Amino acid sequence: MATPMASIVSGGITKFGAREGVYTRELFAEAAKEAFSNCPNLDPRRDIQALFVGMMSESYEHQAHVAPLLVDWIGLLPIPAVRTEGACASSAVALRNAICAIRSGMYDVVMVGGVEKMTHFSTTGVTEVLAMASDFPFEQWHGISFPGIFGMMAVDHMHRYGTTEEQMAKVAVKNHEHGLLNPKAHFQKRITVDDVLSSSCVAWPLKLYDCCPRSDGASCLILTAPKIAKKFTDTPVNIVGSGQAQDTLGLFERETFSSMKVTKLASQQAYKMAGVGPGEIDVAELHDCFTIAEIMAYEDLGFCEPGKGGKLIEDGVTQIGGKIPTNTSGGLKAKGHPVGATGTAQAYEIYLQLTNQAGKRQVSGAEVGLTENVGGSASTGVVHIYQRGD
Amino acid sequence: MTASATASQEQKAFFIRDKNGEILPLVENFYMFCTERKIMGVKCKRCGAIICPPRTLCPKCLADEFDWTELKGRGKLLTYTIIHFPPTQFQALAPYAVGIVKLEQGPQLSGMIKNVKLEDLRIGMDIQVDFETTLPKEWPRWPRYFFKPAN
Repeated sequence: MATPMASIVSGGITKFGAREGVYTRELFAEAAKEAFSNCPNLDPRRDIQALFVGMMSESYEHQAHVAPLLVDWIGLLPIPAVRTEGACASSAVALRNAICAIRSGMYDVVMVGGVEKMTHFSTTGVTEVLAMASDFPFEQWHGISFPGIFGMMAVDHMHRYGTTEEQMAKVAVKNHEHGLLNPKAHFQKRITVDDVLSSSCVAWPLKLYDCCPRSDGASCLILTAPKIAKKFTDTPVNIVGSGQAQDTLGLFERETFSSMKVTKLASQQAYKMAGVGPGEIDVAELHDCFTIAEIMAYEDLGFCEPGKGGKLIEDGVTQIGGKIPTNTSGGLKAKGHPVGATGTAQAYEIYLQLTNQAGKRQVSGAEVGLTENVGGSASTGVVHIYQRGD
Repeated sequence: MTASATASQEQKAFFIRDKNGEILPLVENFYMFCTERKIMGVKCKRCGAIICPPRTLCPKCLADEFDWTELKGRGKLLTYTIIHFPPTQFQALAPYAVGIVKLEQGPQLSGMIKNVKLEDLRIGMDIQVDFETTLPKEWPRWPRYFFKPAN
């Protein structure tokens, strides 16, 4: 395994879901408070030198310039704060930038997080805001919704590989099973394949239960230079691989729609950096914004051959107890998807897994974890690989 | 004045040009050509790539000089979906089909598929590009192209 680039020494996450009357600033402070409380050796005002925070949209709260707002509301003025925007991958981009900042030697201790407040908007309103992450002149202008983009990916995948609606439904069923074990998840509700198949159509073949919900929430991590991690905790988690790639904003300009090139490229970079392959991953958090996206991620990350993602979910390989449990948190589908919070929420789940703090959803003996966070129609892809540091 | 005369007058194209009067390779100008019922791309003067929608830098070789070239507006359907839950301004049309079409000369476009029974949609079907006759009221008022099955 390669030299660690940065170490996670603590983290925090709010309850995801409909958090009525609690807005971005309070959500982020709630996650930060948990990260501070979980790390008694950390003196936030003395130790934390910068904040990197991901958030997708100003539209929800009519609030831009959130970096100073959020660093103020977690009590850390006047340290530098940066907001990153990469649609649904906003906080994975923040994480990668935080790692770069630590690697540069500029900082030893930083906070990285993400937040989004969405549920006060109607489903139609959220649909409109999310669609802003697609190409305006050639997608939005022609009535192509975000589920529509993933619907077109799903149709191509079904046509090319014979992937079925039942296989996609099984991703939702599996992630809801996992969500039952996560008290912070948006949904603690068991669903069946029939529930998914009979739910109302959003963008055929994607039904309501193939889609992640709109959620409110925040998440954060405390990141340090590896050499000082043990000052803060006996059980740090090291980040040993990081990859990021971009693709065209519009889906229509790509050679293929049944695979996410950014996930392939980002994972290749991360695997190479970490010195591990897909077979050595013990637990992974994947970007299941729509069920087809998790199936494509299996293939693009090398968990199975192209076209075999449907079979992988059918065979139970990715459920807790299987060879590569994915989305033990419940994933975007059941944990919820407060867009900006998702990237660091995925990293926090892996931190919990690799430090044996994942409770009823603990993957026993997990040593190496992976996160895959995708923005837009996979125009941004970020993959990180983590290893126990104790 | 007839209604159609009003519409055609309203849709008169105002191209954005350089100081020599050449039509610049802009998205705005792509849509101005749509008012003339044309799908236009640009051909890179250096590497010959045909790019549609047009861009100001060639994505293949980074050159910035192009000639406009008209595309035939025929192609094949690469993928599609049927949108049941649309963005607000399209709600009256739901459910409707959208898809990605590979034009005969190579470039790909996405758009709405009309004049088709939704159950008849097939990957690989022959598609013809057509144009809306009315101009949208909302910004940026670009005339929309759409796809329909080719005869």
